[in-house]
Amino acid sequence: MGSHGIKDRVAIVGMGCTQFREHWDKGADDLMVEAVQETLASAGVAKDDIDAWWLGTAQSGMSGVTLAAPLKLQGKPVTRVENYCATGSEALRQACYAVASGAYDMAAAVGVEKVKDSGYQGLNAFPIPHDGTQRSLTAAAMFSLVAPAYAERYGVDPGELRRTLARIASKNHANGAKNPRAQFRREMDVDAICKMPAVAGMLSVFDCAGVADGAAAAIVVRAEDAYKYTDRPIFVKALSFVAGNGAGLLDPEFDYTHFDECEAAAKDAYHQAGITDPRRELAMAEVHDCFTPTELVLMEDLGFSARGQAWQDCEAGVFDLHGDLPVNTDGGLKSFGHPVGASGLRMLFECWLQLRKEAPEERQIATADRGLALTHNLGGYPGEMVSFVGIWGSGTD
Amino acid sequence: MRGIIGAGGYLPHWRLQRSSVSAVLGGAPGKGTRTVASYDEDALTMAVEAARRTLRGTDAVPAALWFATTSPTYVEKTSAPIAHAALRLPGDVAAADAGPGLRGAAMALRAALRSTETVLVAAGDVRTGPAGSPDERDGGDAGAAVLVGESDALVGEFLGSGSATREFLDRWRAPGELRTHGWEERFGEQRYAALASAAWESALADAGLDAAQVQRVAVVGPQARAGAGLSKQLGAAGVEVVDTLAATVGFTGAAHGLLLLTHLLEQAEAGQVVALVSMADGADAFIFRATGRRPAGPAVADQLGGGDDSLAYAKYLAWRGVLPMNPPNRPEPARMSASAAERRLDWKYGFVGSKDHESGALHLPPARVSFVGGNVDDMDAAPMADTTATVATFTVDSLAYSPSPPVVFAVCDFDGGGRLPVELTDVRADQVSIGMQVEMTFRRLNTADGIANYFWKARPAAQGGA
Repeated sequence: MGSHGIKDRVAIVGMGCTQFREHWDKGADDLMVEAVQETLASAGVAKDDIDAWWLGTAQSGMSGVTLAAPLKLQGKPVTRVENYCATGSEALRQACYAVASGAYDMAAAVGVEKVKDSGYQGLNAFPIPHDGTQRSLTAAAMFSLVAPAYAERYGVDPGELRRTLARIASKNHANGAKNPRAQFRREMDVDAICKMPAVAGMLSVFDCAGVADGAAAAIVVRAEDAYKYTDRPIFVKALSFVAGNGAGLLDPEFDYTHFDECEAAAKDAYHQAGITDPRRELAMAEVHDCFTPTELVLMEDLGFSARGQAWQDCEAGVFDLHGDLPVNTDGGLKSFGHPVGASGLRMLFECWLQLRKEAPEERQIATADRGLALTHNLGGYPGEMVSFVGIWGSGTD
Repeated sequence: MRGIIGAGGYLPHWRLQRSSVSAVLGGAPGKGTRTVASYDEDALTMAVEAARRTLRGTDAVPAALWFATTSPTYVEKTSAPIAHAALRLPGDVAAADAGPGLRGAAMALRAALRSTETVLVAAGDVRTGPAGSPDERDGGDAGAAVLVGESDALVGEFLGSGSATREFLDRWRAPGELRTHGWEERFGEQRYAALASAAWESALADAGLDAAQVQRVAVVGPQARAGAGLSKQLGAAGVEVVDTLAATVGFTGAAHGLLLLTHLLEQAEAGQVVALVSMADGADAFIFRATGRRPAGPAVADQLGGGDDSLAYAKYLAWRGVLPMNPPNRPEPARMSASAAERRLDWKYGFVGSKDHESGALHLPPARVSFVGGNVDDMDAAPMADTTATVATFTVDSLAYSPSPPVVFAVCDFDGGGRLPVELTDVRADQVSIGMQVEMTFRRLNTADGIANYFWKARPAAQGGA
């Protein structure tokens, strides 16, 4: 019994990602077609070369037909998966395992979300019939609980923490401004963000992820086949996933300053990849900054900062584009936007660009030669969430 | 002995200053306040709160539950079984509505006093009307309940009752109508005067008493002047006619008689004889001898001084649906599932969690597998409605759908263990703090597809000066 991972057994050889936008003129079908076309071209393969497909979408369609019909696939297996906001990572994870198992030579993971057809702002979950006792709080409000708890536990002045959170948003906006695919491309300074009216706890809309439509995709092959398709494949070092049991909502011991699911997923991923000092071994990380306090706490859960130190590290610029460990160099959910099913694959797309040194010059990181990148994708709420951690490398051991 | 085993009054937290109405609509400045059911309260929830207080002081279990109101949640569906579930009464307890109609509570009380069973009578009412109407100004919202039965630990011994009926048209409101129409008041006033006197004389005869042997009487009815004749007659006989809380609460409709009876019993010394005369499409009079034993409270008198009278008139109008407000641009809540709600009856209506036998870990909502130790199906029912909790952390959500945004939401840790992240009510966002004590209250969360969705919220503990 144990989680062993599939380090260096499979590789990513092609990727694509649409612009993340309010795509009033594009449906989920258009977005999938565009992401897949770009991905196939990047690997130099045709759609019929793909032996099996995984489609991640939270609520833009059901079943594999959602992908097979717009792509007009011929007799291929397509598995639709959903795992809250970590749906894109889940599709990718399954495609990697399918190739590692030997069942298929080439698999593709596609993530898509068409969120802007609901008629409402923000994300809205499918109503599942229930007894009427469920919380009706927004995700923003649930994550807003983290900020005062963090301030209280570590003795940070709430006003000071407000500026730290604004700095995280400002950093991600600055990175997104350098990314033509990002939804928001305007730099925002800390003072301007701090002046925005609060909508959930101390959070304003500038502490929240952008809500956008989009799609992203990746092609997975066996590691030994990878160089047939590209001279710079990205190898899978670790894939870990934890579905929380909701104990944080029941347990008075849970203090809203950390996410157990993320900490556990990171621990498993580092074990699989053989990483002992992530802050120095990783070239970069793409993390699930659905709200600014989430990114703050993740720096600790992922082992980048000691407990209680992340706010100071954020202030010191450790996670800036040219800091010790660049985080969300593509703008993150905050600035790139968050089409739920696509986000996990979008994170990998940035690692793909950065480790291959294909990112636009103005945002190419200086640490790429460390050769390892991390993606972290979560879904749910503090106390009750799912968490994915993937580690990706530009070479094999 | 037969009589009142327990009694409870519930005044909602919010109060409207009548001057705030005239400040907007003009006219003579209003005096005093009226009680206001919050946006998440209705006749049923207030009756449940009153009944919880009533039952808290006794081990007696009713054989029947009557619920009375003029503002029912449904007309086809009976409301009383919802109260039955919220009060966690046994399955062999009959539960039905005594109404609709103003007289339901008095008739249910009469039937209870004259039966041989233990009977819980609970009433609630939300009184309103078009903006500027007399019912909006003079009405009030409240719940009240009494438990009637045989006991040697009565609050009030039943001495006798009398009733009088003669059809006449005084006030009327069709189902769904906002406005209550009235005939010329002088007509009803005179008809009520005759009926109230007849009921009173009949009750005295039933009790074998002279009027002078009664110390305090509450005379309640939909018209302030309707009881004037009887009050004058009682005053002449040396009986004290008590204030009907018009200046602070207003006339609370189907609940008012039970509310005043509770108020009388809460103030009565041992041996004092008190009476209620209720005028509502007829008249009913009830006479009791107080035992000196007091209801569990919080007392009506203490609640009068509590609450929050800063409610803006516009918000009051919005809560009652008189002033349509623009909702947040979020999807409205989906209707609850009847079958899912029934499966979780004890949780949804009774706020019963589960407690792991081995670890003692509390689960809200109840679970089959423990989050501590992982034991399966080794849980005891854990009723938590009467347990207070402490706010561990909280937030204010201006984005979530609510009938009255913003949503104030707190992570609540219960005394003795257990946690629930839950919505707060009866509190302004700037009044919440970490460490605040809260108690659970039964509320109507929303209405979707005509289905009223009831569950529990937390509110600042020990309201109303208790």
